[in-house]
Amino acid sequence: MPERNFVEAVRTALHEEMERDERVIVLGMDVGRLGGVFRATQGLQERFGSERVVDTPLAEGAILGTSLGLAIAGLRPVPEIQFLGFTHQGFHQIGSQLGRYRFRSRGRYSAPVTIRAPFGGGVRTPEFHPDAIEAQFVQEPGIKIVCPMTPYDAKGMLLQAIRDEDPVLFLEPQRLYRSIKEEVPDGDYTVPFGKARVAREGTDVVLIAWSAAVELCLRASAQLEQEGISATVLDLRSLVPLDVDAIVDAVRRTGKAVVVHEAPLSGGFGAEIVATIQQEAFYSLDAPVVRVASWDVPYPPGTLEDHYLPSVERVRRATQKLVHA
Amino acid sequence: MAGTVELGAPQEASDLVRLRLLDVDGTPLGAQPMSDPRVLDALRLMKLSRALDSFATKLQRMGQMGLYGPLHGQEASVVGSAFALDPKRDWMVPAYREQPAWLHHGLSLDRLFAQYMGRIVEARIPEGVNLLPRNQAVAAQLPHAVGLAWGLKLRKIRAAVLVYLGDGAASEGDFHESANFAGVLRVPLVMFVQNNAYAISTPLEKQTAAPSIASRARGYGFPGKLVDGNDLFAVYAATSEAVARALAGQGPTLVEAMTYRMGFHNTTDNPKAYRDDAEVAEAARRDPIVRVERYLTQAGVWSDARATEMERSIQEDLENAFAAASRFAPPDPSQIFEHVYAEVPDRVRRQKEELESFRRDSTA
Repeated sequence: MPERNFVEAVRTALHEEMERDERVIVLGMDVGRLGGVFRATQGLQERFGSERVVDTPLAEGAILGTSLGLAIAGLRPVPEIQFLGFTHQGFHQIGSQLGRYRFRSRGRYSAPVTIRAPFGGGVRTPEFHPDAIEAQFVQEPGIKIVCPMTPYDAKGMLLQAIRDEDPVLFLEPQRLYRSIKEEVPDGDYTVPFGKARVAREGTDVVLIAWSAAVELCLRASAQLEQEGISATVLDLRSLVPLDVDAIVDAVRRTGKAVVVHEAPLSGGFGAEIVATIQQEAFYSLDAPVVRVASWDVPYPPGTLEDHYLPSVERVRRATQKLVHA
Repeated sequence: MAGTVELGAPQEASDLVRLRLLDVDGTPLGAQPMSDPRVLDALRLMKLSRALDSFATKLQRMGQMGLYGPLHGQEASVVGSAFALDPKRDWMVPAYREQPAWLHHGLSLDRLFAQYMGRIVEARIPEGVNLLPRNQAVAAQLPHAVGLAWGLKLRKIRAAVLVYLGDGAASEGDFHESANFAGVLRVPLVMFVQNNAYAISTPLEKQTAAPSIASRARGYGFPGKLVDGNDLFAVYAATSEAVARALAGQGPTLVEAMTYRMGFHNTTDNPKAYRDDAEVAEAARRDPIVRVERYLTQAGVWSDARATEMERSIQEDLENAFAAASRFAPPDPSQIFEHVYAEVPDRVRRQKEELESFRRDSTA
């Protein structure tokens, strides 16, 4: 079975789905000739032509808004927004338009659009490029938010997203684009939304995360193991829909939870998880749930980002403190 | 300056000539683009629109209908542009002040009422009607229309898309992004600007320093046409030409219809707060409906008796449609959980059950 990194898994999924379904079109800035700033769409235009792999003008709102119109015309658009932080230039076209079109038209129209967007820090990118603003979209009913960590999930969930009848925000961890390789099969398979993945089994505590923060938790849990702390790592895979049962189950088994995310602490999706835990599994808790997140400040220059983002060490210490409390 | 505005903006200042084919006194100027029977059809829809505005406003005041935005004064703009489309072939993308256009494009009058009465089930646009829902987010519909036109082109379906917007929408970022996309992608699109001189209370000269909105089209690489928006013939002719260009694969056209909103922005608005009665009286002189009636009188196919009969049958249509819409059952509150996603996610289903259980306990 071929080994692929995350970005190769994305590229493979796009190639295979465009081959399978002629309604699929890819659009965005630099996605054609260049193959995308991360080369996620490399080779697509050569294979499928410039009508199906379209270099658009630089305008996030129109890339997203025309995708809705393309979907109404019967196509399956996969727009790329170069960085999630740039979606603010077209934010109103996501929640207020793509997310509500089915509802507004009482099902006459829908918006099967997959918005691909890299995000997350740790690679010294300039301002706006690393912003983890995924929680902002959780307040926009109608949008599904998918955030795989592994190359295997990336391919399976991207295929699932393109086939989904609703708009999907597909988040790609830029830090992990090329750093992890694993077996990613050729050919068709999908990974469903709303089913969390147990990335590591442990008994003392559960670390809950998504996207690149899962990888952080895995490294932290390996260190914790040396110190005799056995941690489960739960990869949520999607925020909407949310696998509440998996969260509750892990909390019941361990009695202790740490939620880790790259977004600033206040109002981050971690708050939603903590609230869900206290509502659904309060009596299974041995101690208050802990959050490890970025600080409530703007994203700093790359030279300082290691002090801003949650780190292995911060996760390790927070978990230690919780377990030994 | 608002007091001296003629139908929205000074013509002399514009770099484009404003097309007029029907003079204020009803005299045709040049070739007449519509047959008399079609003019009569258009007139009926214009008069129905005017009657609907007062009918709906009255119902809103009586608490029987929700917020309503009349198009009083803009009937030639809306009806003339709608008549340029083939409802079976072309697509219409509304803003929110084009009620008779939606009717002409295939929406029935009772379903139109249902929209304003919160009867969400019946308000659904039926299959086969090539109309998108109205959009309350100003200008946000523009990229949808560009995408739809682009998609039809990619699928090699011969059709035009007409999108409505106002003078206020032309100041939004979506206007620029969409016009630019439309030009680059050369899509079969008509951007139809109803320049009614006001965005709520903001007059045109505070909206733009440019002589016209139509003149901007050139900067996006496609033609812009300026027309007298109170002239049914000019609106129809200019829009028809734009549709023909779209169908011939020649790309987008922007049509700016200079008109005037004689009524209020919507039922919450009081225009006396921002404009003089004299200005409205001046605009009334150029009433688009009166102009068509004058033309038809000169053509010998219009009389007071015909007007009375037409108005009676319009009133009957409005009353019948409202009666039908009033018989639509109010929606079950649980329906707000439907059509959010193709399938209801677990979390949303649990919230639906919570509301249902809450309502059961409240009525018990």
